[in-house]
Amino acid sequence: MVSSNYRFTEKHEWVKLEKDVATVGISAYAVDELGEIVFVDLPEIGAEYEQMAEFGSVESVKTVSSLYLPISGVILEINKELLTTPDLINNSAYEEGWLVKVKISDEKEVEDLMTYDEYQLHLESL
Amino acid sequence: MFYSPITQAQREHLLKEIGVPDIDALFADMRAVGKASPLDLPEPLSELELKQFAVRLAGQNKHTGAYISFMGGGSYDHFIPSVVGHVISRSEFYTSYTPYQPEMSQGTLRSIFEFQTMICELTGLGVSNASVYDGASALAEACVMTINDATKRTKVLLPSTLPPSYREVLDTYLLPKSVTIQTAGSQDAVCVSEEEFISQFSVDFAAVVLSYPDFFGNMISYDRVISAAKENGIAVIMLCDPIALALFKSPGELGADIAVGEGQPLGIPTAFGGPYLGFMAASEKYLRLLPGRIVGQTYDKNGTLGYVLTFQTREQHIKREKSLSNICTNQGLLALAATVYMAYMGPHGLRRVAELCYKKTNYLKTRLASLPGVTVLNTGVTFREFVISLPCDAAKVGKALKAQQIFAGIDMGRFDKSRKNQLLIAVTEKRSTAELDQLAEAIKGCL
Amino acid sequence: MKTVIFDYSEQGKSAYRLPADPHTDILISDIEEAGLLRAEKPRLAEVSEVELIRHYTKLSTLNYGVDSGYYPLGSCTMKYNPKINQDVAALEGFSAVHPLQDEEDIQGILQLLYELEQYLCGVFGFAAFGLQPAAGAQGEYAGLLIMKAYHADQGNAHKNIILIPDSAHGTNPASVIAVGWKIRTVASTADGRVDLADLKSKLSDDVAGIMLTNPNTLGLFENEIAQIAEAVHGVGGLLYWDGANANAVMGYFKPAEAGFDIAHLNLHKTFSTPHGGGGPGAGPVGVVSKLVQYLPAPRVEVQEGVYKLMTNYPKSVGRLHSFYGNAGILVRAYTYIRSLGAPGLKEATENSVLLANYMKSKLADHYQIVSQGVCKHEFVISLKQEKKQYGIRALDVAKRLMDYGFYPPTIYFPLIVSEALMIETPETEPVEAIDAFVEAMIQIKHDMIHEPQLLLNAPHVTPVSRFDEVKAVREPRLSYFR
Repeated sequence: MVSSNYRFTEKHEWVKLEKDVATVGISAYAVDELGEIVFVDLPEIGAEYEQMAEFGSVESVKTVSSLYLPISGVILEINKELLTTPDLINNSAYEEGWLVKVKISDEKEVEDLMTYDEYQLHLESL
Repeated sequence: MFYSPITQAQREHLLKEIGVPDIDALFADMRAVGKASPLDLPEPLSELELKQFAVRLAGQNKHTGAYISFMGGGSYDHFIPSVVGHVISRSEFYTSYTPYQPEMSQGTLRSIFEFQTMICELTGLGVSNASVYDGASALAEACVMTINDATKRTKVLLPSTLPPSYREVLDTYLLPKSVTIQTAGSQDAVCVSEEEFISQFSVDFAAVVLSYPDFFGNMISYDRVISAAKENGIAVIMLCDPIALALFKSPGELGADIAVGEGQPLGIPTAFGGPYLGFMAASEKYLRLLPGRIVGQTYDKNGTLGYVLTFQTREQHIKREKSLSNICTNQGLLALAATVYMAYMGPHGLRRVAELCYKKTNYLKTRLASLPGVTVLNTGVTFREFVISLPCDAAKVGKALKAQQIFAGIDMGRFDKSRKNQLLIAVTEKRSTAELDQLAEAIKGCL
Repeated sequence: MKTVIFDYSEQGKSAYRLPADPHTDILISDIEEAGLLRAEKPRLAEVSEVELIRHYTKLSTLNYGVDSGYYPLGSCTMKYNPKINQDVAALEGFSAVHPLQDEEDIQGILQLLYELEQYLCGVFGFAAFGLQPAAGAQGEYAGLLIMKAYHADQGNAHKNIILIPDSAHGTNPASVIAVGWKIRTVASTADGRVDLADLKSKLSDDVAGIMLTNPNTLGLFENEIAQIAEAVHGVGGLLYWDGANANAVMGYFKPAEAGFDIAHLNLHKTFSTPHGGGGPGAGPVGVVSKLVQYLPAPRVEVQEGVYKLMTNYPKSVGRLHSFYGNAGILVRAYTYIRSLGAPGLKEATENSVLLANYMKSKLADHYQIVSQGVCKHEFVISLKQEKKQYGIRALDVAKRLMDYGFYPPTIYFPLIVSEALMIETPETEPVEAIDAFVEAMIQIKHDMIHEPQLLLNAPHVTPVSRFDEVKAVREPRLSYFR
């Protein structure tokens, strides 16, 4: 379930904050649009990104979607499970299908992101 | 009415249906830009006239149907079994499009799957694509596969004995990508030694290219070079002749990462240099870096076995500016020709072709080495091709032999003036012992 | 189920018949001594000739070619491939010529290549064409290298941005990256043409040029081409014409006369050479006079009636092919042009445009046509509404068309149209075939409302049905023995 500490981007990534560590994934809507995910390209641990910088991609059979980091930071961990079972994203977009964990550099950036309810409104406008 | 089957009456009917007064109304937008000058072309010819004209034009070319050919240098006069032409002349194959809709393209898809399998078998590597334009572009694409920003390796090492045109194509493909090309072996070398590769290895190299055989027909001790390359983390690309693959240890067995080559010897006519067939195979870890199309097996929703284009997200039509190659096509019909050729030959036939080439080449080598003033410049194992030095210009010999209906080989002076007394001679399974003797006698007559 | 040649393989069977080995005295032991002998033979199939022929004949029946029926693939120009082209290319004087023969012995093929270049200039207005690119993508690559060399010579090596409309083929951006440049995307207007205001806002000193398909991928002519040319030339950029849609312009529009500087053609589209199940093609690159010196070498020139293969072009962008490109394809295109001449090519353009507008008018009451006004040789339908209303996607319509005996149109392209169907009408289609296609499309519209399962489960008549493409990627099987 999506708890209140999830925030969303217009490009359908989510971020869950726990102190200064953020877990990042893609929304159920994005997963639905992509269909069966067959490949995930994730960054190296230690790589540093600005907010909304491209950090990887997810692929279905016929599309490649870039991944954008919702919040600036350094990659602490990647979800290695996805390298062999990318369909975890299809089965559990908000939990087991997480992509990366990031040590965030600026907490205030969270304010730029949408809450779950705001994101739902955003989806309706599409 | 040319090939368009629309009558004048139909044209008028169609215009009426569309609701425009005349054809010009459909082109008003173009007219508004400015009236294009008339098409500057010769008058159309009837089919009969055109056929007669084409036969005359073709008649101005000498060809290997009438000459005994010893020409190679990247294009070889191998035997083409009748089945090849008959299969690829079926218009369901040659008039079809890229198999994007698998339900109506299983013929093409199955044949490409067969092609990939055969290329994997020949090269001993795990994955093959559906082919690229030719040997030179296959080699260029292979080099690109090994360049990876993360490794900071930006150099490739090439032997000086690559076919000269391949080297030029690599320049065209790699220099804009800021790849540095370095050469092993001197410009006047006939064979590049293992040491000459190994001594240059460093962590700056992404890849080394080894020819199998090289432009002059030499095979070398690949395993030594390959193990040294591995120690330095350098990817090994082998440029292979497909017939040689039936006789010599495969790149996979030798430990190469990628094997590419020109597929023309597999049932494709010399045809003034094209269309040919570039094949590419690699170990599994390179799968996502392979350019071009790949066919995979799967099942339809009724559980029926079938084939589809797969891993398409690598390709330009999906990945656009993020794809590693801009290639859109393969050489579909030529891949089919090669597949039929290999199916015809089978494992034993292809081995026989390779052995015949090998033995005939060695027979001729010995024969020519005994001629006064002639030196065979190759010293080790050679396959299907070798180079001799003559006591006179190779061009002179070539000219004299043409008068005897023989294409003597390739005058190396066309690539390098300092090699003008060198003649590159290719011997395929098509050349009979009598023809080999005839060549030797004819060369003797020129000395 | 037996699907591939290996399924028929049986030890002891063979098709090959080769001469006996006359040199049994020559041994292959020196290969063994060198440690190079292959121990295990490759598992190529072992089959008899009759089984081989039956297998590939069977495979051919699982395919669909232009000779089987109408191929409405947009931007692919699946026109009829005249049989004389095949016969001419098969003449020994063309097919059995070695590429490194002496010039004096290949005057026929050199004359053909020289004249073909002249003819292409005569049709599109360029000063010269390089015939070496083996396909459209290689033509693009060559064209961009030419642009790069030109800018470098002009002291403008900093130019590294190519403008590309959002409606462009994916090859365009891939080619730009391949030459080491970057892209900047130009938006389309609501009617699908280049947004001139957006284009102007994207111009800057580092813009090297623009790649434009005209008519564009919606089948619409970019009628503001003069303004586009002025704007791009104004910042020192060049105009690149993607000739994918060249079938729509012959006799009516010469890109070089309208400001384009570089172009590639697809001879397998416009000039009737067969697509071969995905190749070989040919992608000549054309240029205006100031760029001729940069064309790929070698090139054919004529001196005192003698045709020569010239390599001495110090400014050339280099070589793209092992030899001179797909000569056998160039022979076919040459034959086609000599068959048709100016009146035939003009008629080809007229009739393809005529058929497209005819079909568009017939379908306008049934589908949402994105290409508004007079279109050129193709047009685009969007099934956005149908998807919302009936849950039917472009893919479903495409698959259902197979049940009517047609190859489907191009789908999901251009990317700026959701649920796109892109339909082209080559001039070699009889009106009767076009009418039958229209009828099928109207029936499909009816079925999607009343019997959507017919579409969702389509195709029904093909030997295989929709595939599990996810399985193909997740459990890859890319070769028979692995």
